[in-house]
Amino acid sequence: MNTDKSQIAYFFLAPAVSAIFVFFFLPVIAAFAISFTDFDIYTLGDFSTLRFVGLENYFKLFDDELFWTALRNTFYFVFAAGPLSIAVSLGAALLLNSKLVKYKAIFRLSYFLPVVTTLVAVAIIWRFIYHKNFGLMNYFLGFFDINPIDWLGDPVWAMPAIIIMAVWKNFGYNMIIFIAGLQNIPEELYEAADIEGANAFQKFKSITLPMLAPTTLFITIITMIGYFQLFAEPYVMTQGGPLNSTLSIVQYMYQEGFRWWNMGYSASIAFVLFFIIFLGTLAQFKIQKPAIS
Amino acid sequence: MIKFWAMGSEAEFVTKLIPEFEKRNPGIKVHVQQIPWTAAQEKLITAFASDNTPDICQLGNTWIPQFASLNAIIDLTAWIKNSNLIKKEKYFEGIWETNVIDDKVYGIPWYIDTRLIFYRTDVLKKAGYDNPPRNWTELYDACKKIKASYKNEEKYPIFLPVNEWAPFVIFGLQAGAELLKENNSRGNFSSPEFKEAFDYLISFHKEKFTPFGILQVTNIYQAVAEEYLSIYISGPWNIPEFKKWMKDELADKWMTAPLPGYDEEYPGVSLAGGSSLVIFEKSLHKKEAWKFIEYLSEVEKQLEIYKMINNLPALQEAWENPVIKNDKYMKAFYEQFLNVKATPKIPEWEQIVFAKLQQYAEFAARGVLSIDEALKRLDEDADKILEKRRWLLSQSK
Repeated sequence: MNTDKSQIAYFFLAPAVSAIFVFFFLPVIAAFAISFTDFDIYTLGDFSTLRFVGLENYFKLFDDELFWTALRNTFYFVFAAGPLSIAVSLGAALLLNSKLVKYKAIFRLSYFLPVVTTLVAVAIIWRFIYHKNFGLMNYFLGFFDINPIDWLGDPVWAMPAIIIMAVWKNFGYNMIIFIAGLQNIPEELYEAADIEGANAFQKFKSITLPMLAPTTLFITIITMIGYFQLFAEPYVMTQGGPLNSTLSIVQYMYQEGFRWWNMGYSASIAFVLFFIIFLGTLAQFKIQKPAIS
Repeated sequence: MIKFWAMGSEAEFVTKLIPEFEKRNPGIKVHVQQIPWTAAQEKLITAFASDNTPDICQLGNTWIPQFASLNAIIDLTAWIKNSNLIKKEKYFEGIWETNVIDDKVYGIPWYIDTRLIFYRTDVLKKAGYDNPPRNWTELYDACKKIKASYKNEEKYPIFLPVNEWAPFVIFGLQAGAELLKENNSRGNFSSPEFKEAFDYLISFHKEKFTPFGILQVTNIYQAVAEEYLSIYISGPWNIPEFKKWMKDELADKWMTAPLPGYDEEYPGVSLAGGSSLVIFEKSLHKKEAWKFIEYLSEVEKQLEIYKMINNLPALQEAWENPVIKNDKYMKAFYEQFLNVKATPKIPEWEQIVFAKLQQYAEFAARGVLSIDEALKRLDEDADKILEKRRWLLSQSK
């Protein structure tokens, strides 16, 4: 009886599973195989020039200065923009969830707008904002007697510029999820705390944060995975420059693979990134799990 | 029915020439598909991988080695031999040469470009130059004088951005450098000749004669109009923009000039650029495709394209026509085309210059690496990129 049921279940699952297998697992397996070869533009023309190179692509990565630069930049981005983005979206969610705020829908909409705006259009505006001589950013900093910064042209400031823009562009999405999480916290808890005489900070620390823990875990993992795959922002803003200071792993992978057709090498970069994200996700579960249960 | 892939605005305007071709050749229909320049190479290579290539395509002539090495496009030598229309002598020699790999002709030049000097006549005059600089010393000296006149103002005499590899290669060729060695299988950028050129160009950065890159400029034409920049080494595609921005009292304050030479030579050598027409191996209509190429290679057709979108005709004869002959900005181009050279014809070339040469130029310009160190690393990276080529060469021996 039971087996019959599961057979029926498999039957209904089959279309979805086979689609995932063909369009997701097969390419991943193929890419993994390619990462052990020197598949390149010559191979595309004449398959007999394909060489099996074992782990050589991976060894080459360790020796590749540009790969380490890209890795460093990506970590810089994840560890700076990630927490910042989560903090900003939590802050915005708290503000929008407050009973004192009027016209919530308008604020929610305007904070969410950057998320749905095309990045290329956004990038053009931000390039103007960051312009050394006529940019809005330096204009405001001028009020505090801060000398003009060449945001996108200076290797020290280019990554912070990308981080600010990325946080601005993305925080609305996490904010919506946080708002949903906040609305799920039973009102009675706060009432009870009020009766006990808790102040706002105590309520935030002892009720809001713990009750939000599952939401926060979800958001941290999603944000981390997304940010490790940083690509579009530097691609349209700086093309990885100046001095490779904004080159990210995915961008390096894209260049090697689709610009220069070094598919084998590119695939090995992809798997290193996969491994890093996998470890990162495991770590998040380890750190945050106790807080939830 | 033949399929023709063209890029950008060429695709849009070439369709206007098709009705006449179809009328002359009943039974042949031409279908033009537009592909954007930025995605062209990717699209063509994916099309090749999936056997979906068109019959004819417009191909930037630096891409020809790549597609020839893929065996994606055919050798046209036999077709040219039987043609009354297409003959090598009708074209600029340096341009024709870019289509030839191992004595096989893979493309027919369609329109051509090269790089030369765009400059502000008034600014150079103030610096004491009634004529454009004729050699390296004069170019450097002119920039020095212009820069001196700016005192502490943030303005630059010239624009030699590190994110454009062409000037580095051009000045290298002028100094007599052989860019790659051992049958194009190893980098040769540490050669004394290339080093001299590289050092020369980096000195413009060290002296603050030029901003580092495009990020400091945003809009080049506006920058020239505002005298933020005065000299720019670039190609014919800039002409419409210069005309647009240099208006009214500025209209007669800019000019084109051939490149200065290393020493006595004038004009100095520049790069042979442009687009060629190629026929794909998998095409089932090669004869019809060739007919269409012949049609596009008629002088009148090339002039029509020139009138529509300013693409410079590949046929020397077209340059005799008053539309071009009487255009004062075109004179320098004609002189320059008589001295142009091709870059090494190997599929890896673009990666070497775009990914590596530009990177190390930036490192040297910003003083992160010394000239020697930058060129040494450039050679090392080039050698790594060329590893497969060395292996293939050793196999074929």
